[in-house]
Amino acid sequence: MKRRSFLATTAAAAMLAATSLPAFAEEPLKIGFIYVGPVGDMGWSYQHDQGRQAIEAAYGDKVQTSFIESVPEGPDAERALTQLALEGNKLIFATSFGFMDSVMNVAAKFPDVKFEHATGYKRADNVATYDARFYEGRAVMGTIAGRMTTSNKIGYIGSFPIPEVIQGINSSYLHAKKVNPDVEMKVVWAYTWFDPAKEADAAAALIAEGVDVILQHTDSTAPQAKAQEAGIYTFGQASDMGAFAPKPRLSSIIDNWAPYYVKRAGQMLDGTWASEGAWEGIAEGAVEIGEITDEVPAEVKAEALALKDKIASGEYHPFTGPLNKQDGSVWLAEGETPADGDLAGMNFYLEGITAELPK
Amino acid sequence: MIQLIKRPTPSKAWAWATPIIAVFATMIAGGILFAALGKNPFEAIRVIFWDPLFGSNAAYFRGQLLVKAGPLILIAAGLAVGFRAGIWNIGAEGQYIIGAICGASLALSVYPSESAWLFPAMVIVGALGGWLWGMIPALLKVTFGTSEILVSLMLVYVAENLLAYMAFGPLKNPEGFGFPGSRNLQQYPSAHNPELIAGTGAHWGVAAAIVAIIATYILMHRHIAGFRIRVAGEAPRAARFAGVVPARLVVFCLGLSGALAGLAGLFEVAGPSGQITDSFNAGYGFTAIIVAFLGRLHPIGILLAGLLMALTYIGGDMAQLMLQLPAAAIQVFQGMLLFFLLGFDVLTNYRIRIGKAQAA
Repeated sequence: MKRRSFLATTAAAAMLAATSLPAFAEEPLKIGFIYVGPVGDMGWSYQHDQGRQAIEAAYGDKVQTSFIESVPEGPDAERALTQLALEGNKLIFATSFGFMDSVMNVAAKFPDVKFEHATGYKRADNVATYDARFYEGRAVMGTIAGRMTTSNKIGYIGSFPIPEVIQGINSSYLHAKKVNPDVEMKVVWAYTWFDPAKEADAAAALIAEGVDVILQHTDSTAPQAKAQEAGIYTFGQASDMGAFAPKPRLSSIIDNWAPYYVKRAGQMLDGTWASEGAWEGIAEGAVEIGEITDEVPAEVKAEALALKDKIASGEYHPFTGPLNKQDGSVWLAEGETPADGDLAGMNFYLEGITAELPK
Repeated sequence: MIQLIKRPTPSKAWAWATPIIAVFATMIAGGILFAALGKNPFEAIRVIFWDPLFGSNAAYFRGQLLVKAGPLILIAAGLAVGFRAGIWNIGAEGQYIIGAICGASLALSVYPSESAWLFPAMVIVGALGGWLWGMIPALLKVTFGTSEILVSLMLVYVAENLLAYMAFGPLKNPEGFGFPGSRNLQQYPSAHNPELIAGTGAHWGVAAAIVAIIATYILMHRHIAGFRIRVAGEAPRAARFAGVVPARLVVFCLGLSGALAGLAGLFEVAGPSGQITDSFNAGYGFTAIIVAFLGRLHPIGILLAGLLMALTYIGGDMAQLMLQLPAAAIQVFQGMLLFFLLGFDVLTNYRIRIGKAQAA
């Protein structure tokens, strides 16, 4: 095609598009996402993207979604959020804790745009936060881990020593210990959410310490691959990681953001969206337990599923007193459960964990 | 048969032509890459190179271009001086981090008292921090003959761990509910590095980058010290006979590039970033190496290269959003730029002869 005729055709197409605009009944609601990792991480960002696709599936032509992946936390996030707002997105999901201040800054400049920030704690009239009660799922994983270990050493690959992760370590340990009083917990901090090389190193360090079950709070499948070589067990994190089933992956803790995303997009469409801090768990479907493989004996599987049901029905809270902090001081009295606010700021290990929490 | 024949002296014309050829080659190869991903290559190139400058929301993105280019240019200007002398500071990323930590620590130690002197003091402390971090490889090289390449690079990882320690430890925001990260300096007026003219993106770091370009230009091209530095890089033995003390040169070059990287870190933490967090460093120190070479180690070239590099970042983000190009494709695209530059650089030192090999 000649350059001139190419330009002419493009212009004609643009005219056509412009004149045919009124044919659309209404503009679709534009919804934007920023992800901290690549959508192909098979973990955290992948699950958020599944949620985005669920919105499209639920509302079809009424919505139009787009995303920017691998956005570093900091000034780049602010630019990415601004870009989404300038492009006309009316609802924007920022899916990493470190985007918090960027969300607040951009939200102040675009009062008409609604923002949703995952795992943060700062809110405004147009900024809501949402999180999932991962510690509920960790209780189930911990139960299986405690039953499956033969060396009585279970390992945990931590991302960052922030409350969300500490809750997970405590919950896993507590429930492993309930079924196996001799259990010991080893913790290695990877200081990353997604870095296959660092995660593999962390897994190798744990294996060298004699650990035979590994739980992880990082998003790649590198630890699964290491565990496979070593012939030990792991659990899928954030997504199912089913490719590693039935062994080393015994089960998984799945973040299912779809119900929340679909609900909030619906509220935008019917105009009932309001800022709130959501913290949903197994009961709401935000935290799911992936298929428990046949590597796990039937009675352990039944025990784990029973625990899951008890948590879902609200009959049991994974942190129920009496519970002491690592230093021996009392945290919860007999029968007591923590207020959400206290839990959200958890910055201590429970009694019995010998690892030291980085300060 | 294609033969490479060494030129008697490097070609000046090719030295300036190769970056431009490299940019075009990147566009073509990138276009093929984007086409293979099922995107319209012309649209992708337009979104990356044209829209941030002249598109619908260009007013915002032009400012962001300065925010992104400022630290790149500031760091690259310092690195280029050392590279000219054959002194390879690969650890600007670490010096950038330390500059930010030092400046932010000063501000947070006197929080919340307001003083007009605070920001200037932070600037000095930030530069000093970067300078000190640069002094470690410099002194090790001078006294023990260690490789500054390895030492400066390894110190990046030390700095990154120090950064994580600071974000989770001493500098952690006491009102942050146990979450990592320092207080936000943007909300601390005396320590804030604001936009000098609202909406332009230009903060003190951008001003400093321009000053650094002018200063290094004078140093390298109008001053005897610059001549000595260049001679030291091109003919070390000759330089020694001309009275250049190699040790002093090492200390000077690593100190200068360290201080400028430290400054860049300080302006970033006090301005666009606002916070010391474990992920504060965004790779500016490493990208600045590409910028320095893309700019031919010449101050004016670096200015242009920094803006171009910033454009690929901002345009790359736009391409992700508008065309749903994967982030990795954008990174490949940026990597191609250095690849083609180094590839075509052969033409500066060699000429190509096509035809039969001749006996020399």
